[in-house]
Formats: sequence, C-alpha cells, structure tokens
Amino acid sequence: MPFQQFLQHLVNAISLGSLYALIAIGYTMVYGILRLINFAHGDLVMVGAYSVFYAAAIFHLPWPLSFPLAILLTGALGVLIERTAYKPLREMPRINLFTSAIAVSFLLENLSIVVFGGRPKAFDRPAFLNANISIGRVRMLSYTPVIIFTGLVLFGGLMYVVHRTKMGMAMRALSRDIETTGLMGINTDRVIMFSFAIGSLLAAVGGILWGIKFPQINPLMGVTPGLKAFIAAVLGGIGNITGAMIGGFLLGLIEIMILAFLPHLAGYRYAFAYAILVLVLLVRPTGIMGEAAREKV
Amino acid sequence: MRIKRLVLLFVVVGLTASLLAACGPAPAEETTAPPSEGEAEEEVQLDEVVIGIYQPMTGAMAAGGEQTMQGIELAHSQKPEVLGVPVKIPLVDNRSDKAEAATAMQRLIEQEGATAVIGSYGSSLSMAGGEVAQEAGVPAIGASPTNPLVTQGNPYYFRACFIDPFQGRVMAKYAIEELGVERVAVIQDVAQDYSVGLASFFRSAFIEMTGDASQIVAFTSFQTGDQDFTAQLTSALGEEPDAIYAPGYYGDVALLARQAREAGFEGPLMGGDALEAPELIEIGGEAVENLYFSSHYHPDAELSPASRPFVEDFEAEYGERANAFAALGYDAYMLLMDAIERAGSFDKDAIRDALAATKDYAGATGTISMDENGDAIKDAVVLTVENGEFVYLTTVSP
Repeated sequence: MPFQQFLQHLVNAISLGSLYALIAIGYTMVYGILRLINFAHGDLVMVGAYSVFYAAAIFHLPWPLSFPLAILLTGALGVLIERTAYKPLREMPRINLFTSAIAVSFLLENLSIVVFGGRPKAFDRPAFLNANISIGRVRMLSYTPVIIFTGLVLFGGLMYVVHRTKMGMAMRALSRDIETTGLMGINTDRVIMFSFAIGSLLAAVGGILWGIKFPQINPLMGVTPGLKAFIAAVLGGIGNITGAMIGGFLLGLIEIMILAFLPHLAGYRYAFAYAILVLVLLVRPTGIMGEAAREKV
Repeated sequence: MRIKRLVLLFVVVGLTASLLAACGPAPAEETTAPPSEGEAEEEVQLDEVVIGIYQPMTGAMAAGGEQTMQGIELAHSQKPEVLGVPVKIPLVDNRSDKAEAATAMQRLIEQEGATAVIGSYGSSLSMAGGEVAQEAGVPAIGASPTNPLVTQGNPYYFRACFIDPFQGRVMAKYAIEELGVERVAVIQDVAQDYSVGLASFFRSAFIEMTGDASQIVAFTSFQTGDQDFTAQLTSALGEEPDAIYAPGYYGDVALLARQAREAGFEGPLMGGDALEAPELIEIGGEAVENLYFSSHYHPDAELSPASRPFVEDFEAEYGERANAFAALGYDAYMLLMDAIERAGSFDKDAIRDALAATKDYAGATGTISMDENGDAIKDAVVLTVENGEFVYLTTVSP
C-alpha cells in the first residue's frame, strides 16, 4: 500500500474513532457512577440528531441556535428518563434497572418510528463543515478536524469537572460507594441526575456530529453507534473516561485498518474487528485503562 | 406523600374512566352485528377474497415498500372486485427484516386467510417469505425482487419484474458502449442477496464483453446499514477506476456516493433498480448527479399501451409521478387479477397455473410474459440523475 493511501486510511480511522470516543465517554460515565449500562444512550444520540433536523426543517433555526437547543433538549430527556425509568428501580436488584434500560431503548426507537416516520431523512451539513481540505493527496472535509477537536475539548472539560470540581468529587465518591456518600451529607439524587444530564448532552453532541459525518438519519441510527460506543467503553475499561476515549479511537482504527490491509475480508470486517477485541479483553479482562476493582454487574 | 399518591391515583382512575367512556360505542356495535349468517354461505360463495400484501413499511427499505403500496392501492381502487367478489388487501409490515418477513407471510396465510400474496420489495425479504408460501401452497407474486433465487425452485412464487442477470448485463453494456468505461470498481452489500447477485452478474457480463478480467480493478463489500465507506473507497480509488458499480439500496448508496465524491472521485457511479427513491437524491444531493442505473420503468418511457393511462391515473390520484416500484406494484396486482379471471376460480393451484401461463400481458412496466421459472421477460430502462431528477435515457430489450 502506498504511504499516501495509508495516511488517508489513518485520517479516516481517526475521524471515525473520534465519534465512537465521544459517544463512549457518555456511556462510560453513567456506568462509572451507577454501574448501569444505559442502553438508551444510543437512542439519545438519535434524538439529538433528530432535534437538529426538526429545528432546521420546521422552525428554520440556523445551526448556532439549533445545535445548543438540541443538546439541551436531549439533556432534559436524559434526566427525564433517569427520573422516571431508573430512579424508582435503583434500590431493586441490578437486573431490574438493566431491563428498564432496554425497555427505554425500545420505547425511544419505536416511538421515533411512529413520530418521525420510518424513512431515512437527509441531514443538512452547515457549509463551513463541508469544505475540502487536502494535504498532499490526503483529503478530508472540514468536519473531520471539527469532530476531533470537539471530542478533545469535551474530554478535557469532563476531566476538569470530574477531577477539579466539588460535583466531580461527589461523582467520584458516588462511584465508590453510593450509600456511604449519602451518609456524608451529599445529595446523591442530585449527583446522579447531574451525571445523566452530562451523559445525555454528550450523546446529543455525538448524534449531531454523527449526522454531520453521515448525513442520513433514521429512527434506528442510534443502535449501531450505541453498540460500538459500548464496546469502545469496555475495551478502554468501562467506567474510565480516558479509557473510553482510547477505546473509541482504537475501535475506529481496527475497523478501518482491517479493511485497508486485508481488503478481501471486507465482507467479514466486523467479525474480524471484534475477534481482535475479544483477544484484547482476554489479555486485559478489565480493559486497557480499567482498574482491577470490584465489578458489581 | 401518601396523600399525593392518593390524589394521583384518583386522577389516573378518572382519566381512564373518561377514556373508556369515550370509546364506549365501539363494543356495543359489535354485539349488535348479526352473528354467524355469513359462515354457512362461505363454502358456496366467498364474500371476499383476501390478497395478502407484505412489504417493508419501516426500516432501511421503507421507501420501496411505501412506493409499491401506492401502486397496489391504485390498482385495487381501479379493480376492487374479481369474479364478482370484492378483494380485500390486508397489509403486513415486514420491517425490512428477513426474520420478520417469514412471520409476516405466516400471518397473512394463517390469520388473514390469504388466497394469494403480493410482496415483497427486497429479494431477501421475498425469499424469506417465499418458503412459507410454498409450504402452504399459496401463490405469491413479487413486484420488484430481482434476485433469480426468489422464484428458482419455488413453483408458487412469480414476479412482475425482470431478474438480475439481465439487469447486470444491461448496465455492463451501457457502461462499455455509452459511458466508455474501461476500469470498474465494484462495491457490493454482502448482507443483501440482491446486491451480491447483481454485483456478480455485472462482473461476469463486463468480463465477457471486454474479455479482460483485470478490468474489474476492485471488488469489495459493505453491509446494509454501514455508514462509513471510507476504507473501501480509499482502497478502491487507489486502483484508479473510471467508474464505480455499487448495486446496493438507495440509503446506503446515497452515503457511499457522498463519501466517494468527498474522496475526490468524479467519474460515473452506477447501480441497479433499488436506487430509485427520493431519498437517494435528498441524501445524496450533488454527489448522485452523474449516477446511472438500470430500472424497470420511467413515466417518460412508453413501454406498453398500458403505460400512458397508468401515468395519468397515478398523477391524478397522488399528485406526483409514478416510479418503478409503484408501477410494479400496480402490475403485480393486475397480473394476479388477470390470472384469477383466467383461472375462473379461487383455487390456489388454478391461480398458480394461470399465473405461470401469463403471456404478452400489457402492463404499465411493459409487455410481460412469464418464463418457466415464473420470472417476467420484459424490457429494462437506463436512468440517470440530472439536476435532482430521475431522467430516462434509453430502453434495452432482452
């Protein structure tokens, strides 16, 4: 393979991986706090993308308005889900919470089919994200650096919140032991709600960027990103934000490079990509950045 | 806290009661209906004949299913009776899902009591349902599934469309003779029988016509629902093809086309009949200009004496121009009615035999005769996208 072509594959891989990473961060944060695999996370990605679509299609909002609005709406929906579907079940066996998460996921998907219609819709890309950038023979559109940059900024912001603020300290305490944290006078409900809000905001950003990169949205568009982000989170060590970031990039890299180096395996791409993941997890069962801490699932 | 709950409970009970009251009259009507008068008659004279429809109304192929349904409904409104008996067309959504398609067929046969079945958009979906229909001995006619395996070895399955070996040949010929293409990259959807079949038929026709297998410079795959095609495209474009043949479904190919243009490819893109949907243009935008594909029908192509009246009726009914799937849905329904009339009964085997004997039937999509497999032998058209519209280029005869 010519070096230029390899570079092009690398750019493609980073572009895809940064999206996985962004969605995986939200996934892993909720898990870190509650030990809950929030299956509805992928569907919040979809809601984020549709919110932008309808804000533009019905209310003709320009993107500087529609993006923040969609992100806030999705964040509110995330909190609503936590309050109605997860909070009442928190004291029950973990499997109840788990089942409730799957139910919420199906509910969102099917509701969207009814409300939005089953046919895919075109997602408009703002012009400034649609410009060609060529470096030598390597080409990309301007959304690629934007996605990577957004991912890094949000990652940095999240690290700051978790490690440098009082709320972050509460979140870390909660992830160790909810009951004891509560006994220390911390309002655990509020901290959990905050985590869900942040997680959902990240999902919405992921959804919008997903729509920008792959400008076609449909009610089931969140399923694949959700699943891949979950895998990325596990690969990086679930519950660990840095791990999710690394896991996301690694997943993108593996998916693309499998095809780049073994093109005749194109049809079995995922089988091979995920076989590699199984191998990684066999060698490091807790994921790349995971601590060998107690697992509660 | 407790009081709050009580209040809530009352509110909920009250709301439920008022809802129930609102739906009140419905159950009452049911009880007033005459009990079992029709049952005794049914053995002598059917009071309705059920033609079951199974189509993807949601999921990745929903656009195709909806378009087909428009055609079927138009045909049904023009011919609501056959042999003096009203026709009922219950629709079951197979959700673009192979497992669901078999269940949908089962439901049509067992619960709806279908005498015959129309469906489905999507070769894989048709095949999944086909086995069920064959076991039950129910004749089925597909509107647009083009993979040869849909009807092969299944004497109960027919179709109103041509099959992929012909379609692949049409596009190979057009690429060589009209577009002057020498080097082609083929990208197939491995999850779809339709796409895998069409890709390989195109490849063999192209190699046969050029006599040079090395001119297929890349042959790679994706899977339905994939959104990232950059890896396949980067590798394929590295071989510097003149054209890309991507016989997938409209949604995937629209994204693929955009990513191909973003990667700097400017040559013609080519594909098959499954590209014809408004979403191809909505999602693909400028990227699908200069895209060529084989199809069954175009309102500007006079394919048979029945084409023009269909175009006019369809526009009067829906206020838009018909596309291939609507036209094929229309033809599938009419072919079935024609067969029932020639059979002179609702006996499933008699209908099957009559369908098999169809000859020179003038349908909206051309003059249709069934071959020994139950496949329609008819013309194909080549279309392209120009300024966001599907434009008719030429007609190719078998």
